[in-house]
Amino acid sequence: MKNEWPLWEVFIRGQHGLSHRHVGSLHAPDAETAIRNARDVYTRRNEGVSIWVVEARHIAATAPGEKGPLFEPSESKVYRHPTFYDIPDEVGHM
Amino acid sequence: MAGKLDNPSLFEFLLRMGDNTLILGHRVSEWCGHAPVLEEDIALANTALDLIGQTQMWLGLAGEVEGKGRSADDLAFLRDAWDFRNALMLELPNGDFGQTLMRQFLFDAWQVVMLGRLMQSTDARVAAIAAKASKEAAYHVERSGHTVVGLGDGTEESHRRMQEALDYLYPYVGELFVSDAIDTAVAEAGIAPKLETLREEYDALVGRVLSAATLSIPGGSYVHQGGRDGRMHTEHLGHLLSSMQWLQRAYPGCEW
Repeated sequence: MKNEWPLWEVFIRGQHGLSHRHVGSLHAPDAETAIRNARDVYTRRNEGVSIWVVEARHIAATAPGEKGPLFEPSESKVYRHPTFYDIPDEVGHM
Repeated sequence: MAGKLDNPSLFEFLLRMGDNTLILGHRVSEWCGHAPVLEEDIALANTALDLIGQTQMWLGLAGEVEGKGRSADDLAFLRDAWDFRNALMLELPNGDFGQTLMRQFLFDAWQVVMLGRLMQSTDARVAAIAAKASKEAAYHVERSGHTVVGLGDGTEESHRRMQEALDYLYPYVGELFVSDAIDTAVAEAGIAPKLETLREEYDALVGRVLSAATLSIPGGSYVHQGGRDGRMHTEHLGHLLSSMQWLQRAYPGCEW
């Protein structure tokens, strides 16, 4: 018999209009309990207006070993950053 | 318009509300650092803090109504056992995790029903405290009820422990529904409901959860009582107070 509860990843939306952000993980026997645990562990200081939980095993992730081929090629492509434009003052903060 | 109520009766009623949450809050806080898993540890600490927060409101108002300049802290830390007005169930030692959660559920269910009615109180201050506390209580009963179902309808061992907890605690539940002269006066003034009228809603809620938890309410009609009217407490209250009040007793007026 397996005694350890599954691991859940917790995502919290800080305020309306923002995206959910990963804040950490916890253990829980089911999704409903995971949400309640997330409420108790991660929103004690008024951090959130919405919680997502997903069982960690359902998250597909890149492997650290593939970092080179995946991410290094973009390092040398400065032209992909929109830094060559002059932004008129009237536009304000972007 | 509701009848007029003298301040001593209102004071007594407020102590009954505030001492319930103070004593249970302290009991629940004893789990801090000891709960079976981290998530439950934090959840229990949150619950304890909610209850202590409610205590500040009830006892704060009690001190105001009494008019002798006593603060919520004075009432919490400088009264002795015979002046406490909490229901006996709440001062009992925690027992195991299952017993703690069973008691929590049996009390949360009462709180939800009681606070719902108190939101209609003719006393605006009472109604305001009830409105704030009821949101916390709604979450507490959802959490404790879910845990009671999970453990009751869990393994053979967890089921046995939850049934034992229910058998032990249920005879203490009745005290929450017995009105004495104070409760009657408060009810006649429209400040609080008559406690007997909460029973039907309470039984429906508790019955629903316990049946999902595959647990059965024990037979027998004996009701332990005496805490709410201060007639008698269990031996456990004195021990609880000596731990809770130790600092103020050893260092009177100490602040930090």
